[in-house]
Amino acid sequence: MKNLRQKPLQVVNLGLEIFADELKDQNVAVTHVRWRPPAGGKPHLHEILEKLEELDR
Amino acid sequence: MPLARAVLPSFYQDSVKLMRLAREIGEKPGVSEVAALMGTPANHEIMLQAGLAEESEVDAGPNDLVLAVEADTQELAYEAIEEARAFLTQARAEGDGGASDFSPSSLAGALAGAPESNLAMISVPGAYAAKEAMDALRSGLHVFLFSDNVSVDDEVALKREAIERDLLLMGPDCGTAYIAGAGLGFANAVKPGRVGCIAASGTGLQAVAAQLDALGEGISHGIGVGGRDLSAEVGGLMTLHALDFLSGDPETELVALISKPPDAEVLPGIEEALENFAKPHVVCFLGAENPGWAETLEDAGHAVAALLKGESSEPENFFAQTGLKEKIASVRPEGVAGSGGVLGLFSGGTLAHESRLILEGLLGDVSWNEDADRHRILDLGDDRYTVGRPHPMIDPESRAEIIAQSVADDGVGVVLFDLMLGRVSARDPAGPLARAIREARGKGRSPVFVASVVGTADDPQDMDEQVRILEDAGVVVLPSNAQATRFAAALVKPELLEGGGS
Repeated sequence: MKNLRQKPLQVVNLGLEIFADELKDQNVAVTHVRWRPPAGGKPHLHEILEKLEELDR
Repeated sequence: MPLARAVLPSFYQDSVKLMRLAREIGEKPGVSEVAALMGTPANHEIMLQAGLAEESEVDAGPNDLVLAVEADTQELAYEAIEEARAFLTQARAEGDGGASDFSPSSLAGALAGAPESNLAMISVPGAYAAKEAMDALRSGLHVFLFSDNVSVDDEVALKREAIERDLLLMGPDCGTAYIAGAGLGFANAVKPGRVGCIAASGTGLQAVAAQLDALGEGISHGIGVGGRDLSAEVGGLMTLHALDFLSGDPETELVALISKPPDAEVLPGIEEALENFAKPHVVCFLGAENPGWAETLEDAGHAVAALLKGESSEPENFFAQTGLKEKIASVRPEGVAGSGGVLGLFSGGTLAHESRLILEGLLGDVSWNEDADRHRILDLGDDRYTVGRPHPMIDPESRAEIIAQSVADDGVGVVLFDLMLGRVSARDPAGPLARAIREARGKGRSPVFVASVVGTADDPQDMDEQVRILEDAGVVVLPSNAQATRFAAALVKPELLEGGGS
């Protein structure tokens, strides 16, 4: 876990923006992702996308 | 009653923002019900039940935002909808237009722009959380997983992946963590220091960290492992990994482990790891009986502070302290002792659990999240109370409404509650509760209100002011949840004072 001990905390935030705001207030570097449900939030399309991604790996 | 609805297509917004908007619109004169929700099937069901949708209408998808307002007149309902729409459209334009803020639309995009990132905070809806967390781990990031509704199989797979990569997977359903001096999620502003904490959930860690702050000690890291980590299925994977991490951490001189008791299958592995752990440590498994372990969160905090000073600590007998009898007599109205029960209205899950254990030991049967017994504890942050409404730590109004209702119940002699301060918590959680208590008093019969406040001097809420607001409303504020719970027990069972209690 060297990357926590030797480097300053730098955060990627996916979800509630309030968490990113609170980190900024503490002077922690944070990138807020404008996250949206993938595949337009349609579960069957999402499942297909996930399977394709698995195959890709 | 007149209803107006609008669907904003492809307008995803996070739930906290939407709840705040709904609360604001709901305060407009003439407006009685508001929903601002993404158009998922579950949300459609909530709106149906609230009379804010008709069965036939499934006019939105999960990426579409649905606004619905019920008001005294059709005109007021439309006005409120338009105000919400204007607010959202403007906020989105400002958010998208900010050139200084790099705001990508995916984890991969974020890492392309900020390749030095080392931790991902994930609070997306549960159905998507495991995949985002796995992607983050595979990109070499530690993960703080706030999302709930992650399956136990996914949890095990994520934790195995994290351990293989020497990373932390905090959660799922992790409310609070402290990493390298920063508070993540629902964290209090505590000093950095030499105490490492490993905790199952959020409010237990908050309570111990805040208490240590008041005692002059600070936190090196506070690692949340999720409420299921010590179950047989998960096998303490992350607790053991976190112990390993803290054992090699030069900042950490002492470790506190705070959780519900491990499963019987998991306990021997944890005990063995603790026996081989080279640094001093304090264990608080709430509900476990072991003379070497702290019985309450407060005892754990005192044990840590004492160990660091090279002293030993013996928990004090709360019921034997001088002046307690007089204090109880001064706040107990006629009729509470012997008839009324204790009703716990908690926002913190771990504090609710701790109070239940203490009350069961002192008063007998205590029902949990239901109305079965004379004494009952409600964990208002539990899923069953937060469907379609905000968590009481974010929005104190919902708990104020429950306080108002509870007073009408003749069986309630004492209302016991917690007040959680901290960075993400509401800015004035005491205000709405104090108002509800005053209104209740105005209606005649009133129970005794007893509370404890978890917070620090540096929290964004002014802690002294929050305590004062409660005390001005007649609430008895005690220094810890354990003390508040014992005080509540003594109010309904004065014999505890005679025998010295337990």
